[in-house]
Amino acid sequence: MASVLEIKELHVEIDGKEILKGVNLTIKQGEIHAVMGPNGTGKSTLAQAIMGHPRYEVTQGEVYLDGEDVLEMEVDERAQAGLFLGMQYPSEISGVTNSDFLRSSINAQREEGDEINLMQFIKQLDKSMEELEMDTDMSTRYLNEGFSGGEKKRNEILQLMMLEPAFGILDEIDSGLDIDALKVVAKGINHLRGDDFGALIITHYQRLLNYITPDNVHVMMQGRIVKSGDKELAERLEAEGYDWIKEELGIEDETIGAE
Amino acid sequence: MATDLNEFVINRDEIISAAKARGESDLMIRKKEAALDKIDSLEMPKPDKTKITRWDFFSVSNPVTEGTIYDSLDDLPDSVQELLDREQTRNIYVQHNNTPAFLRVSEELKDKGVIIESIAEASENHPELVEKYFMTEGVKMDEHKLTAYHAAMLNGGIFVYVPKNVKIEDPVQMVLLHDDEKASLFNHVLIVADEGSELTYVENYLSSVEESSEQINIISEVIAKDNAKVTYGAVDFLAEGFTGYVSHRGVAGRDATVDWALGLMNDSNAIYDNTTYLMGDNSSSNLKTVVVGRGSQTQNFTTEIVQYGQDTVGHILKHGVMRDAATGIFNGIGHIKDGGTRSDAQQESRVLMLSEKARGDANPILLIDEDDVTAGHAASVGRVDPIQMFYLMSRGISRKEAERLVIHGFLAPVVKALPVESVKNQLRDIIELKVLAK
Repeated sequence: MASVLEIKELHVEIDGKEILKGVNLTIKQGEIHAVMGPNGTGKSTLAQAIMGHPRYEVTQGEVYLDGEDVLEMEVDERAQAGLFLGMQYPSEISGVTNSDFLRSSINAQREEGDEINLMQFIKQLDKSMEELEMDTDMSTRYLNEGFSGGEKKRNEILQLMMLEPAFGILDEIDSGLDIDALKVVAKGINHLRGDDFGALIITHYQRLLNYITPDNVHVMMQGRIVKSGDKELAERLEAEGYDWIKEELGIEDETIGAE
Repeated sequence: MATDLNEFVINRDEIISAAKARGESDLMIRKKEAALDKIDSLEMPKPDKTKITRWDFFSVSNPVTEGTIYDSLDDLPDSVQELLDREQTRNIYVQHNNTPAFLRVSEELKDKGVIIESIAEASENHPELVEKYFMTEGVKMDEHKLTAYHAAMLNGGIFVYVPKNVKIEDPVQMVLLHDDEKASLFNHVLIVADEGSELTYVENYLSSVEESSEQINIISEVIAKDNAKVTYGAVDFLAEGFTGYVSHRGVAGRDATVDWALGLMNDSNAIYDNTTYLMGDNSSSNLKTVVVGRGSQTQNFTTEIVQYGQDTVGHILKHGVMRDAATGIFNGIGHIKDGGTRSDAQQESRVLMLSEKARGDANPILLIDEDDVTAGHAASVGRVDPIQMFYLMSRGISRKEAERLVIHGFLAPVVKALPVESVKNQLRDIIELKVLAK
């Protein structure tokens, strides 16, 4: 049965300031949802809050994964339950090689005594890295340390491909990428597309969606989803910008705290 | 009743007659007499930011204890065997408490004139060499009360001499096994690398008892003559309860290099002095230290490179982890003397705190008496970054495992610098034990 991620009436604060003001969204496996919107409307907050970022406080609402209360889970438990967050600014961790980190991550999702076979791991890693056109030395480099912006993004997608989560939440995975890198990243995500993968892609450019066709498109303003549609909505946003939505909804300033 | 513990009473005649009764060499007895003549007039050292006036540096149950002598490598206890890389370790000295317990030196090195002997034996067999370098250039006997005390009480150690242009490829290893609660370690390591020679030396001090209330007073001196290169690795893991004074000093001649990678993992209160004197032009020293403090231990790590020569390079890197209620003071001093033109002094100290009660302090100091130099420092004291933890945990890694990865990663730059694979692994294991054990 396909897994379901449900976000209900989610309110989130950072340092006492309310950013999300009641977000509702349901994603099923097999679906790719895109959340779009101008800067400062709460898109990244949604992604971080679902994963449990320590700075983001959920003050109201629920998140369920197949009926399980995600907000009650520790961050690692959320990952083990099937959530993955591809980050906009991945941490650099000195002294921990990329491949050791990946292996620890994979093994964390498996039972003790059932750790991944080393050869199998290396094979899978080589294959995924090749697909993402990553230099082989990146597996022995320290985790994200000294990686360029594009390398970090590819590395996030590499982790996504290796961990094969039920749901991938991708927070502005396209920012700072040139067109070639964007194509590679899209290829990685499309590779996972299928009945047992759902995605929430957060972006404020439509261009990523030229390569990954979304099933559903949502527009965020003022900390809420204000409009939903299919891929044609994204195309219209690309052609006309956001002003027509603001006009339609009577919003003057779409950023948070401006209403 | 003496309230100031540093006001100690020492019986000169008793120490000397005991040394004679043990059959110590004439040289050692002369050194001990000289130290005892001076000791009362000397001051205690004053490590910056650590008050040691109440520390008990002078309680000793037995000046010398009897240990076991082993006939072969196979007879050595498992804890020692684990440290040996059988392929690589052809030159090894094992000391059991205060007793020289096992020595093996490859024939090849003997033929080349390399000397590897216990300090006691060397002072008998090569008195002129030992006398020339013993507490003369690296650490002066009368530097302070604890150095004189060291000379007076000396009860173990190793002497290594590498003749001109001899390059030793296999490391020389010293393992000191401490398993007698009543043993005090007044150990002296004296390494002399003659012109153009090369040596890698690794030491392990290891306790298999839980606790001791005795003394650690260890001095290591490395003399690298012109164009010589010495790489010194250490993993010290002695029990809690000792009072420690540990000094690692190097002296580098022209074009010489003295590099250190020290894993200072002792569980007792201790003051550490790690200093290199770059005397010759174009000499260099890379000084790396890794530390984990736990329990309620207080430690002071004072690290200094004094650069006299022109075009010298002195780099200090210290990484420390403090947990429980441990205190770690990290003083780093880069000192370029007048005349040290075009020299470079860099240092970096990083302290990671794992608990509310732990205390860490990083104090970088640059003393520059010359204009045309480059120098820099970086220091930080902080906790494990919650954003890093979030990142690792978001991949399913547990909090404990994530913290483990961050800590190993944090300490890796020094662990990697250790010269022998088995010793690297030992240090990783000790870090694991000290950081994660409850």
